[in-house]
Amino acid sequence: MQLTGAEIIWECLLKEGVEVVFGYPGGAILPAYDALNKYPQLHHVLVRHEQGATHMADGYARASGQVGVAVGTSGPGATNMITGMATAMMDSTPMVVITGQVPTSAIGSDAFQETDVTGCTLPVTKHNYLVTRVEDLAETIREAFHIARTGRPGPVLVDIPKDVQNATTEFYYPNHPIQLPGYHLPGAAHYTEIEAALKLIHEAERPVILAGHGVVMAGAVHELRQFVEITQTPVALTLLGKGGFPENHPLALGMMGMHGEAACNHAIQQADLLLAFGMRFDDRVTGNIKTYSPHSKKIHIDIDPSEINKNVRVDVGIWGDLKTVLQQLLPKLKTGQHQGWIAQIREWQEDGNQRDILQQLAERPDGKLWAAQVIADLFTYTKGEALTVTDVGQHQMLEAQYYPHTRPQTMLTSGGLGTMGFGMPSAIGAKFARPNEEVWSISGDGGFQMTLCELATARQENININIAIVNNSFLGMVRQWQEFFYERRYKATPLVNPDFVKLAEAYGIPARRVTSRAEIQEAVEWSRSIEGPSLIEFVVEKDDIVYPMVPAGADLHDMIRRPHYAAEVSQDFDNPNAV
Amino acid sequence: MKNTLICLVENKPGVLNRVVSLFRRRNYNMDSLTVGRTHNPDISRITIVMEGEPFQAKLLAVNLYKLVDVIEVQDVTDIPTVDRDLVLAKIRTTDAYARNNLTDLCYEMGARIVDIGPEVTIVEFTGTEENVEAFINALRPLDIVELVRSGLVSMGRGVRNMQGSDYKSKRFVTAPRNGSSN
Repeated sequence: MQLTGAEIIWECLLKEGVEVVFGYPGGAILPAYDALNKYPQLHHVLVRHEQGATHMADGYARASGQVGVAVGTSGPGATNMITGMATAMMDSTPMVVITGQVPTSAIGSDAFQETDVTGCTLPVTKHNYLVTRVEDLAETIREAFHIARTGRPGPVLVDIPKDVQNATTEFYYPNHPIQLPGYHLPGAAHYTEIEAALKLIHEAERPVILAGHGVVMAGAVHELRQFVEITQTPVALTLLGKGGFPENHPLALGMMGMHGEAACNHAIQQADLLLAFGMRFDDRVTGNIKTYSPHSKKIHIDIDPSEINKNVRVDVGIWGDLKTVLQQLLPKLKTGQHQGWIAQIREWQEDGNQRDILQQLAERPDGKLWAAQVIADLFTYTKGEALTVTDVGQHQMLEAQYYPHTRPQTMLTSGGLGTMGFGMPSAIGAKFARPNEEVWSISGDGGFQMTLCELATARQENININIAIVNNSFLGMVRQWQEFFYERRYKATPLVNPDFVKLAEAYGIPARRVTSRAEIQEAVEWSRSIEGPSLIEFVVEKDDIVYPMVPAGADLHDMIRRPHYAAEVSQDFDNPNAV
Repeated sequence: MKNTLICLVENKPGVLNRVVSLFRRRNYNMDSLTVGRTHNPDISRITIVMEGEPFQAKLLAVNLYKLVDVIEVQDVTDIPTVDRDLVLAKIRTTDAYARNNLTDLCYEMGARIVDIGPEVTIVEFTGTEENVEAFINALRPLDIVELVRSGLVSMGRGVRNMQGSDYKSKRFVTAPRNGSSN
């Protein structure tokens, strides 16, 4: 069958099982868009900014586990997508980005809307391609999907010049094994590795599992749970690991790290064995690496060999697919007890910040609304069953603390890159992936305004998402750092915001404002009752801090836990070079 | 310390860029990098000398390995190898005295004169990095007009070769294992 390159793009996407693509047209991708007329079975979502397209594809991928697809034009279209690719790269999201490029004859001539896109995106993609011959197009797209979804997933960019889209060739979708001699996936773990790990597991008296995004991505949720139940090992979650282990389980410790509960961080610091499952010892998780969990042996299972021994030196490093390796370990595990250890953790948990804070806030007589209450009430009124998508900042950490999740792929957030503006577009993508889920996009007033143009996309697609803006008229997290580490010099953090309700209404989206706790329940129910997008602005107090906090670069056990302590912080933790 | 890594890469546009970019991105210190085709036209071979601790060299190796176009990586720092660096030096030889000096030196050190002009002479020397350093030091009293080094190339001794080596099995893990491809 003779097809143009433009048609081949869509044919390949269909062969890869793609149902929806997020994109924005432009000169160099026009042949592809013209050919799209012939493929009504592919739903194209017209975004308002290419960054939104990548975040939507990202949200789609995180919510479904399938490859998300974003399409854009050359030059500015492609450069706008870099943030989205970097976000996906840091959080290992499978994504294929297709960009138009100026014709091959014009490449290198600084033609109109020309950018060296493969050069620009080299560090923020798992791999990228510039296709110069239409004959290579199908095989390239097939490879792109293969690379994006296998191993440690990531974004793959395919840059297609306009003349390649217009050229014609015989199309067939190859089905031979993919020929990538330099692309290696791990096999099963060697028995010596399994034995070494088992020895440490069975010797441990104070073990803690550190469950990361890899648990969710590898589909190892069930295996992890079995592991925990056999060995009675408490589980700490990374931010992206949320959902990988049910947080209502008695052995769940919640989120670890900078804004983790003290009990969880204490457990990590006091452990004699850390089992790192699909996580990468990020600086937000470890604090000061020199004092991190000093008494523990460490087992690290990861799909990416370059993560093993990168930040933390480990005793047993296993390069492998987590599900496979856990399946190898499970039949050989001996039943564990660790009653003393768990009792110790329970004791630490008695001194819980989250519970105290909610209690204190509820007891305040002024009736003011606090961000933590918004999240806690959202949890209550959605019965903890919503698929939440957060932006980046204080509300994100509060979501992680006050909205426990029990199912995988129900909490999407930009963890590694911390991309403000990620939330609302990726909630749109997530809803496309999981139309039966109740999707809540939770953003701060700062991050929301970075990609708010996608309200128009939500309207045009009539996508049924609930948008919550936690508005404190400040860049709250930056303000928190200024409060702690810059002696309250609040430079460039107060925001003069638009009227978010009117703004939403201008986009044709019904909206409400909530200023007191009493209104939350009704507003949430109102939002749920609306078919299509709806928005609630929660006006919360400015003077708010996410507790506890491990200052960047401080020891993990050295947390700022209470307001009275915060006054002394700027002297204690003055580490201007910490990330 | 200096670590030597050998990579076999697919002979595709942009591969060298990916390799070099990795050094900048991950903040590695590159001492030298030599690249050229092999007997297989689809495969190029890169020899990298990097300054750092052995564990950093290991991390560099796995990061190189993650590049899709990199087929094989071998850390040859601690295995027996033949190492060669090549230097070309252009020396001002306007008078017979200088020319004789250079001829003697080349004879003593096993260098070759590869071009003689009315004003300058080009000499070539091949050897290990240390030998090349010594040769360059010996040239210093003369009038060096121009000098270029190829950078180190390295090859493991014995029957082991890069393809089909058991390198993959030892790279990442504490014990041997079979990695499967695709």
